[in-house]
Amino acid sequence: MRRIPGHLGCLVLLWMSWPAAGQPPAPEGPAEKIAKLEAAVASAQTAGDNAWLLTSSALVLMMTGPGLALFYGGLVRRKNVLATMMQSFILMGAVTVLWALVGYSLAFSEGTPFLGSLKYAFLNGVGLEPNADYAATIPHQTYMVFQLMFAIITPALITGAFAERMKFSAMLLFTVLWSLVVYSPLAHMVWGKGGYLNAFLGGKIPTFDFAGGTVVHISSGVSALVCALYLGKRLGYPHEPMKPHNVVLSVIGACLLWVGWFGFNAGSAVGASGLATSAFVNTHFASAAAALGWSLAEWLRNGKPSVLGAVTGCVAGLVAITPASGFVKPMPALLIGFLAGLVCFVAVSILKGKLGYDDSLDAFGVHGVGGTLGALLTGVFGTNAINNALKDSSGHAVALGLADGNAGQILNQLWAALISWGLAIVGTLVILKVVDLVLGLRVSQDEEIEGLDLSQHGEEAYN
Amino acid sequence: MKKIEAIIQPHKLEDVKEALKGIGVDGMTISDVRGHGRQKGHKEVYRGQEYTVDLLPKVKLEIVVPDARLDQTVSALGQAARTGKLGDGKIFISSIDEAIRIRNSDRGEGAL
Repeated sequence: MRRIPGHLGCLVLLWMSWPAAGQPPAPEGPAEKIAKLEAAVASAQTAGDNAWLLTSSALVLMMTGPGLALFYGGLVRRKNVLATMMQSFILMGAVTVLWALVGYSLAFSEGTPFLGSLKYAFLNGVGLEPNADYAATIPHQTYMVFQLMFAIITPALITGAFAERMKFSAMLLFTVLWSLVVYSPLAHMVWGKGGYLNAFLGGKIPTFDFAGGTVVHISSGVSALVCALYLGKRLGYPHEPMKPHNVVLSVIGACLLWVGWFGFNAGSAVGASGLATSAFVNTHFASAAAALGWSLAEWLRNGKPSVLGAVTGCVAGLVAITPASGFVKPMPALLIGFLAGLVCFVAVSILKGKLGYDDSLDAFGVHGVGGTLGALLTGVFGTNAINNALKDSSGHAVALGLADGNAGQILNQLWAALISWGLAIVGTLVILKVVDLVLGLRVSQDEEIEGLDLSQHGEEAYN
Repeated sequence: MKKIEAIIQPHKLEDVKEALKGIGVDGMTISDVRGHGRQKGHKEVYRGQEYTVDLLPKVKLEIVVPDARLDQTVSALGQAARTGKLGDGKIFISSIDEAIRIRNSDRGEGAL
């Protein structure tokens, strides 16, 4: 390091502290000082919160691409890997445009309890000023873009159910309609101001869904099941071998999902707060316990714990903790994760085979089942010791779940789960029917045998 | 001239190549193949879906030698490829009518 000679340093200091000639400092009253301090504090909080939310938004986008694209891409046969990754990637484009035009408005502007209005269409009025209803310390656009990343990954999750057999054009039209008909209304009901299920902003049936157990996971998982049933099985399923063509890709994808999920859940605190830490810790704990739970179950049943099982378990745990992440303590988070590992293992490895539907990549078994489990357990373990944002008229924190003695919350959670199931089933069926009539859903038999990479995109993954 | 086709365990390929080199056999063609004889396959499970994999990866060597060198080559190859367990593979021997070196049209054993 170069040293500045001592006398030169003194001169610089002297010059810096010398008041400018002819400009005496303006007298400042205590009120002004306080106002300045308050502004500085608010600006500092905005800086911290906004930094975390923008980081979280990027993390959640990373969950779709490359996270989910790799996770799903590795599970299909080599002739379909590009098409499968494209189904995630193209939604990063399509849903973004849709969200900017009307999607965000339908989900988050005030309207009826079941759907927003067009007040924020074309992002009209969604600027850099905070929207205090949703997040008082960050620009409204930050909140909008954070929510966009959720809207992207949710339909991308469904694609696992119809992998290896759906036309690209039909998939695109389906997911666009699904975003409007299922996602935006459900997001409005659970998170939108005045939404039917929103516990914090005047909902009729107060429901707790911190980061999307109902909105993201039940909705996508149940819709996935409907898609799998409607489209039918892949040619040759289940007697022809359909082994994952590259489990390595799936492991990398699952690890990216795990990391991205910190943005998903801890970002849902909409601030760099203690609540964010709580959600972060719970997310991590549940994922860890679920990976162990699934592995243990598989070890006992099949004699070997598979790598694919361990990483699928971790995703199941992440799904289940999503609604609970900002409401429960760390020990219940471990338990929720462990249970999710076991329950989703049973759903995927045992029930699916017995019921005989071809949910190719287990979008239902992991997201539908894990999401429902998490939604219900949020009503069991939710506690105002972690989240005291909800106050009664006298300013006391309201009892959240059974852990606070409010057993009735489990019924609210059940009701919210049922509504999500119902909307997903009806909405998806109607959209599938429409798309089937307009475009046809499945590729031809020849195209399916050839593989979607060639027949839909004119490319091969490995040359 | 005789052609020796040997289907062996992939992990024995290096041993076999060395043994053949040791007795002066330096021409061979090798391909990755899948198959099974009496060796049973194994089970793979992906999310509860079971697959029996009974076509196992093997390596096939093809060597053509003069009649006089057949016994020596086969015994060197057999010894090097043997582990004593099911799945060690097979050796097939057949007669070759003609051999031609493409570079200069040499024919017969001189072309080997």
